[in-house]
Amino acid sequence: MDRIDHAASELREMDDLAALSSPIHSIHPLAKLIVTISYIILTVSFSKYDLSGLIVMLLYPVIIFSISGIPIKTCFYKLRIVLPLVCAVGLFNPFFDKAPLMSIGSIAVSGGVISMITLMLKGMFCLMASFILVATTTMDAICAALRKIRMPGMIVTLLLLTYRYISVMIDEVSVMATAYKLRAPGQKGVHYSAWGSFLGQLLLRSMDRAEEMYSSMQLRGFSGEFQYADVSPAKPKDYLYTVFAVGIFFLFRMINIATLFGGIALGGSL
Amino acid sequence: MHMADALLSPPVATVMYAASAAATGISVHKLKKDENTQKLPTMAVAAALVFAGQMINYTIPGTGSSGHLSGGMLLSALLGPQAGFLSMVVILAIQSLFFADGGLMALGANCWNMAFYGCFVGYYLIWQPIMRGRLFPKMEAKAAARTKIIMASVIGCIVTLQTGAFSVVVETSLSGITELPFGAFCALMQPIHLAIGLVEGLITTAILIFVFEARPELLQEVNAKTGGHKGKLTLKKTLVALAVLVVMVGGALSLFASSNPDGLEWALFGNTEAGYNENMALDEEDYGIESGLSEKAASVQEKTAFLPDYSFADSESAAGTAVSGIVGSAIVAVAAAGISVLGRFFRKKKQA
Repeated sequence: MDRIDHAASELREMDDLAALSSPIHSIHPLAKLIVTISYIILTVSFSKYDLSGLIVMLLYPVIIFSISGIPIKTCFYKLRIVLPLVCAVGLFNPFFDKAPLMSIGSIAVSGGVISMITLMLKGMFCLMASFILVATTTMDAICAALRKIRMPGMIVTLLLLTYRYISVMIDEVSVMATAYKLRAPGQKGVHYSAWGSFLGQLLLRSMDRAEEMYSSMQLRGFSGEFQYADVSPAKPKDYLYTVFAVGIFFLFRMINIATLFGGIALGGSL
Repeated sequence: MHMADALLSPPVATVMYAASAAATGISVHKLKKDENTQKLPTMAVAAALVFAGQMINYTIPGTGSSGHLSGGMLLSALLGPQAGFLSMVVILAIQSLFFADGGLMALGANCWNMAFYGCFVGYYLIWQPIMRGRLFPKMEAKAAARTKIIMASVIGCIVTLQTGAFSVVVETSLSGITELPFGAFCALMQPIHLAIGLVEGLITTAILIFVFEARPELLQEVNAKTGGHKGKLTLKKTLVALAVLVVMVGGALSLFASSNPDGLEWALFGNTEAGYNENMALDEEDYGIESGLSEKAASVQEKTAFLPDYSFADSESAAGTAVSGIVGSAIVAVAAAGISVLGRFFRKKKQA
C-alpha cells in the first residue's frame, strides 16, 4: 500500500513547488490558467499526422521549466499514469493504418506509426502543461482565479476544503493501512472479511469530524462561502504574458515552424 | 477509466464540458435551494475519504489480483445524487491537476463518464427505485433493506461502469484518435469493465452494509418507509426516463458524429500545404525573396546552411517536406535542450 504514501509525498511536493518564487510563479493565476488551457486545446487540435508541426509545441514547457526552475524529473514521474491508457489506444494504430506516409531513406513509415507517436507526444505535452500550472500556482490562487471567472462559490469552496482534507485523509488511511499490514503479514491487500469495516470505520469517524468542522466553521463566521485572500490585480505584464503566449501558440499551430526551419537549413530551397 | 487530454479532440471535449457543466449547474442550484451549507464540510470530507480510499488494495478472494473502490455509487448513497456528483467532480479535478490522472481538457468528459453516470443514473434509476420498491415483502424489514443495499450497489456499479466505459469508446472514436474499429474497441473495453464493476460493486456493498449496521441514518432513502411510498418511481416511469435519456444521448451523439471532427479540423486549420498557404496568405513565390536584404540573407543562408548539398530537386515532393520536417524537428529538439541547459546555468549562477 505504498500508493498512499506516494500520493502523500506527491501532494506535498507539489505544494512545495508552488511555494517557490520565480518569474513564472509571480504571474497572475488567471493568466496562467488561460495560457495552459489554450496550450492544451491547440496542442490536441493538431492533425494526427502532423508530427513535425506538433514538435514545436515542446518549446513552451521547456522554456517555462527552464525559467521557473521546477524539476522536469517530477513531471516525467507522473507520465506513468498518463501513458498506459494513451498507449493502449494508440498502439493499435500501426496495425490498422498501414498506408505509407513518408520515407526516411529507404524505410517507409506508415501513417499509423506517425499517428501513434503524435498521440503519445500530445499526451506528454498536455501533462507537462497542467503540471506547470499546478507547480507554479498554489491551490488558493487557482481557486481565486476560478472564482474570478464566475465559477460557483460552492464548487470552489468544496474544491478548497476537499484539497485540504485529502492530505488529512491520506495520512489517516496510511496509518490504518500500516497497522493492518503489520497485523496481516504477507497479505497483498485488505482481506474480504474487512472490506466493509476498513473504510467504513474511517467513514463513520469522518462524518462526525465533518460535523465538528462545520460547527467550528460557523463559530468563525462561515456563511456559505470562504473569503479568499485577494490575489493582487492583474498587472500589465500578466496581460502581456497571456497575449504573447497565446499568440505564439496560434502561430505554431498555423505555420509548421519545424518544416520551415528544416527547409532553411537544407539550403533555403523551401 | 480516466481519459487523458490526448484522447479527445477539442470539439468532443467541449461538448462533454457543456454536458458536465449543465449537470454541475443543476446540482449547485438544487443544493443552494435547499440552503444546506452544513452539507459542504460533509461533502468535502466524504470526497477526501473516497480519494484516499481509492488507493487501498482489496484482495479479491481466489485470485491473485486486487480491486479498488469507485466513488460514484458510494458518494451518492451517502450524500444524495447532487452532492455526490459535486464531490466526484472535485475529486476528478484534483486528480487531473495533481496526479496527472485524466487531464484539464478531458475533465468534462471524465466528469460525465464517471460522476454523471455514477451519481445521477446510479441514484435515480437504480438506488432510489430499489430502495423504495417493495421487493422482498416476506423478509424482515432489516434483512430486506440489507438485501436491497447489496442489490442496488452491485447493479449500480456494474451499470454505471458499463455506461461509462461505453462513453469512453464513443468519445474516443468520435475524436478520431484511434484506428481501432468501434466494435473491436467496445469488445476490448466492456468485458474488462464488467469484471471491474462487479468487484467495485462488492466493495461498495461491504462499506455500505457496514455503515447500515452502525448508522443507518447516514444512508439516503434507507429510512424511507418501504411500502408507505408505494414507489414514487415505478418500473414504468423508470423505463420512460431511461428511454428519454437514451434518445437524448443518442440524438446528441448522432448530431455530432455527422459533423466529422476531422473534417471540421481540416476546415478550421487547413492541414494540407495549400491550406497553410491559403490561411496564412503566403505564397512560396513571394516568400520574402523580393527585397534586396532578403536576397543577401538568402545567400548568407546558403553559405551557412549546414547541409548545403542536401537538397531535393523537387522540393514540393512529400519526401522533401518530410525531410525538412525531420530536420526542423531536430533543430527544435536541440533548441529545447539548449534552453534547458542555459536555464540551469543561469539558475546556478544566481544561487552562487
